[in-house]
Amino acid sequence: MGQPLAGEGSAPSLTPNQPHLPLGRARSSLRARPRIGDPLFKWSTGFFAVLIAGLAVLIMVEMAINSKLPFAKFGFGFLSRSVWDPVKEQFAALPFIYGTAVSSVIALLISVPVSLGVAIFLVEKAPRKLSNPILFLVQLLAAIPSVVYGLWGIFVLAPTLRNHVYPALQSTFGFLPLFQGNQNGLGLLTAGLILSIMVLPIITAVTTDVLRAVPGTQREASLALGSTKWEATLIVLQNARSGISGAIILGLGRAIGETMAVTMVIGNRSQISASLFDPSYSIASVIANEFTEATSEIYLQSLIELGLILFFVTFIINMLARLLVWSVTRGEGRGGHA
Amino acid sequence: MKNNYLRVTATVLIVGALSLALIGCGSGSTGGANSEVKLQGAGATFPNPLYQKWFSEYNKITPSAKFDYQSIGSGGGIKQITAKTVDFGGSDAPMKDEELKAAPGEILHIPTVLGAVVVTYNLPSVTTDLKLTPDAIAGIYLGKITKWNDAAIASSNPGVSFPDTAINVVRRSDGSGTSYVWTDYLSKVSAEWKEKIGVGAMVNWPAIGTAAKGNEGVTGQVKQTPNSLGYVELIYAEQNKLPYASVKNSSGEFVKPSLESVTAAAAGAAGQMPDDLRVSITNASGKDAYPVSSFTYFLVYKNQDDQAKGAALVNFLWWAIHDGEQMTKPLLYAPLPAEVAAKAEQKIKSITYQGKPLRAS
Amino acid sequence: MPSLGRRKLLNNTMTVLTGLCALFAVASLFFILGYIFWGGLRGLSLGFLVNSPKPIGEPNSGIANAIVGSAILIALGSAIGMPVGILGGIYLSEFGSNKFGLLLRFLIDTLTGAPSILVGVFVWTVMVHPMGYFSALSGGVALGIMMMPIVARTTEEMIRLVPHSLREAGLALGAPRWRVTLGVVLRTAASGVATGAMLAIARIAGETAPLLFTALGLNYLSTNVFQPMASLTYQIYYYAQSPYEEWHDMAWAATLVLVTMILALNIAVRLLTRNRHQQA
Repeated sequence: MGQPLAGEGSAPSLTPNQPHLPLGRARSSLRARPRIGDPLFKWSTGFFAVLIAGLAVLIMVEMAINSKLPFAKFGFGFLSRSVWDPVKEQFAALPFIYGTAVSSVIALLISVPVSLGVAIFLVEKAPRKLSNPILFLVQLLAAIPSVVYGLWGIFVLAPTLRNHVYPALQSTFGFLPLFQGNQNGLGLLTAGLILSIMVLPIITAVTTDVLRAVPGTQREASLALGSTKWEATLIVLQNARSGISGAIILGLGRAIGETMAVTMVIGNRSQISASLFDPSYSIASVIANEFTEATSEIYLQSLIELGLILFFVTFIINMLARLLVWSVTRGEGRGGHA
Repeated sequence: MKNNYLRVTATVLIVGALSLALIGCGSGSTGGANSEVKLQGAGATFPNPLYQKWFSEYNKITPSAKFDYQSIGSGGGIKQITAKTVDFGGSDAPMKDEELKAAPGEILHIPTVLGAVVVTYNLPSVTTDLKLTPDAIAGIYLGKITKWNDAAIASSNPGVSFPDTAINVVRRSDGSGTSYVWTDYLSKVSAEWKEKIGVGAMVNWPAIGTAAKGNEGVTGQVKQTPNSLGYVELIYAEQNKLPYASVKNSSGEFVKPSLESVTAAAAGAAGQMPDDLRVSITNASGKDAYPVSSFTYFLVYKNQDDQAKGAALVNFLWWAIHDGEQMTKPLLYAPLPAEVAAKAEQKIKSITYQGKPLRAS
Repeated sequence: MPSLGRRKLLNNTMTVLTGLCALFAVASLFFILGYIFWGGLRGLSLGFLVNSPKPIGEPNSGIANAIVGSAILIALGSAIGMPVGILGGIYLSEFGSNKFGLLLRFLIDTLTGAPSILVGVFVWTVMVHPMGYFSALSGGVALGIMMMPIVARTTEEMIRLVPHSLREAGLALGAPRWRVTLGVVLRTAASGVATGAMLAIARIAGETAPLLFTALGLNYLSTNVFQPMASLTYQIYYYAQSPYEEWHDMAWAATLVLVTMILALNIAVRLLTRNRHQQA
C-alpha cells in the first residue's frame, strides 16, 4: 500500500503546473497547515490502534502478575498434577486441561467433516443463488448466544441424549472404557456435542472463503482432463489444505474458550476419568463458577493462572490458524478488487 | 439508495446508544430522581427466596431504601464483602478466623433465619419417604455406596424395593454455605470424611456424580435426572415437590426435616453461642432435632463507611429480625429463637458510623 | 483407474452427502430456533416485557430490567468500542503496512480470540476491585474491550476494499492525506464500516461471561451505570439454573427476546448489504 503521497507537505510544487485548479479553499488550507494535519492524523489514529493492541498485552501481563503465588508454590507441577482442593490449598490444572482438550477434540471430530461437507456443497455444487442464503443461515448459528446453547443443552439435548442416545451407545460400544459408567446426560460428551454445533459455522465460513479463493484454473484444468466434478473438488481441497487446517484451528480456538454453554452441560467435576459420559470441567467453566467465591489469595491466583494458560493456548492456536488461512487467501479475493 | 438506509440505521443505532449511555451516566451521578439509598448484597443461595421477599416488602414500607441481593453462593458473599464490592454479604458458613483477619475491618455475623439441608432424591419407583442413616449418607458421598439397592440404604427402609441402578450423586460446583453445612455434618458423623475431605464451602469432593451451581442448580439436576440424590435447602425441595429423606439424629431417631425439627436443633444452641454468634448446630442433641440444620448470616462491617447507607442497613436488619421473621414460615424457613434474636439485636445496635451507633435502641 | 461409471457414482454420492451436511446444518438452526420460539412464546406477554422481577410466587414477574439493562450495557460497550475500533482500524489500513503494523494486527487478532471470561476477569481486577463495587460501567468496558478488535479489523478490511484509484484521485487533486482518508475513503467505506459495527453489536449482545464479574445483576429496573445492572444474558443464565418452573418459562421467553433482537440485527445487515459490489 505504499502509494506516492503526492499531497503530503509538497503542495506548493503542484500548483505552478496546474493553474486551473478549482481548489482555492484547499490551496489556502494547504498553505495554512501543511505539516500538522497528516502527522496528527497518523498519531491520533495510531494511538487507538496501539491502545487495542496494548490491551491484549496488558491482559496477559496483568494475569501473569496475579498468578505469582501458585507459580511459586507449585511451579510447573501445576500443569501436570491433578488436584483441586481449596480446603487443603492444593491446586493443579490437569483436570481442566483434560476437559477443555477432550471436549474440543470431540467437537472437531464431529463438526469438521460436516463443515467440510457444507463448504464443498456451497462452493462446488450449489449455484450462487442457493449457496449465499445457506451460508447466511449457517452463520446465524454463530449468532445464537452461548447461554442460549446452554439452555437448549440442559433442557433439550441432555435429556434426549440421556434417554435415547447414550443407552444405545453404551449397549453397542460399552466394551470401550470410553462408553462405560453412569450416564446422566451432563458430561464430557454432551459438552463436546454442543461445542460441535457452535464451531460448525466458523469452520464452514472460513473453509468456504478458502475454497472460493483457490483459482478457478485449478478446477478447470482438472475438468479439462476429464475428471468428474468430485475429482476436481479433490484437487481444490488439496490446494486449499493449509487454509482448511487454518479453519479447523480457528474452530478449535473458539471451542476451547467457550464458557457458558459448556458450564451448563459439562457436569462440573474436576476429575479425569476415562468415560466420555462422566462429568468433567473446562478451564473457562471453573473460572466462571469459582471466581467470585475464591476466598483465599492462592485460590484466586490459581484460577487466574488457569486463565493465563487458556489465554496462552488460545494465542498460539489463533496465530497458527491465521498463518495457515492467510497463506491461501492472501491476494485472492481480498483487497484490491475494484 | 441502499447505502443511505444503512447509514441512517447505523446513525440511529449510534445516537441511540450514546443517549442511553448518557442517561445511564446522568442518573448515576445525580443519584436518580429521588434521593434513594441503594444497597447491594450478594451471597448465599439458600435464603435467596426469603431475602427477595424481604427486600420487596421492606421497599413497600420504606421506599427510600432499595436493596438488591444476588445469589452467587456463600463463598461469593464472603469474598465480596471482604473486598468491599458489596454493602452486605450473605453466608450460611460463618467466616473462618483467617478470613475475618483478612478483612479490612471487623465483620459482624447477624443470624437471620434457620434452615435445613435435606437429602432430596429422584427415584421414580419408590413412593414412600426414605430413611437414611449417617453412615449411608457418608458412604454415598464418599463414593463407597454406589447403588440404590445397597444394604446400608435398604436396611433402614424395610419393605421398600430399590432398583439395581447407580446413584447419581449431585453436589455443589460453587463455594457454598450449604456445602459448608453439609460437609460440617459429614465430618461430625464420619471420621473418614473428616480426615480425607474436611469441612469447607468448597472442598475436594470424591470422584462422584455431578455438580451444579447454587441450590437452584442442584435441585434442577435432581429433578431432571432419574436415580439422583443431592443435598439442598428445604424450601428448594418443597417448591419443586421433590421428596426428601428422614435422617437419623445423634439420639437415634429418624427425624424428618421441618420447621419444628430445625427449631429443636437450634433450641440448645442459644445458650452456647459464642459472642460473635458463629456456631454450628449440625448433629445437635435432642431427640426431635433434625441433624443437618444451620443458621444463615448477614455479614456486615461493624464500622460503616457511609452514614445514609449504614442507617438504611441497620434499620432493615432491625426490621428483618422482628417483622421479617413473620414471613419466614410460609416460605419454610424457621425463625430465630427469641434468645438468638436478642443477641442479634445487640449486634445490630453495635454497628457504628464514625464511632457512633447507628441505631439508638 | 476405476471405471467412469464408478467415478460418476462417487461424484453423485458426494453431491448427496455434502447436500445432507448442508441440510443438517440448516436443520439444526431451525430446530434450535423453533424450540426457542415454541418454548418462549408461552411465557411471553406484554406484562413480561414491562414488569420487573417479583419474588417467587408473586404474579406479574417480568424482565423489563434486563431488557433496559442489556440496552444500556450494549450502548456503553459501543460507545467505548466503536470509536476506538474505527480509529484503530483506520490506522491499520492507512499506516499499517510495515512491520509495526504487522505486530499491531497480530496483537489485535489475539484480543479478538481472547476468551470472554478472561476479559471479565481482567476488568474485575482493574476496575471493579479498585473501585469497590460492581457496576454497569465496568460491564460496558468489558463489552467495549471485546468490540474493539472486531470493529478495528472489519474497518481495516472495508477501507482496504476501497479502490486505490479513488484514493489517488483525491491525492492528485492536492488534498492532504488525512483529508483524503476521512473525506473520500472513509465515506466510501462507511456502509461497510457500519456493517462491521452492527455485527460487532450483535456479537456482544449475546455475551454473558464478561458480565459475570463486572455488571453482576440487579433485580429491579435501574439506569444507573455506577451500580450493578441486569442483563438479558445473565437473567437467562440465572433463571435456567433455578428449580422453579415459572423461572424456566421466563428463561425461555427472555431467550426469545434476545435471539429475536440479535437475529433482527444480523438480517438487517444482510439485507442492507445484499447488492453492494464490495461484498467479499
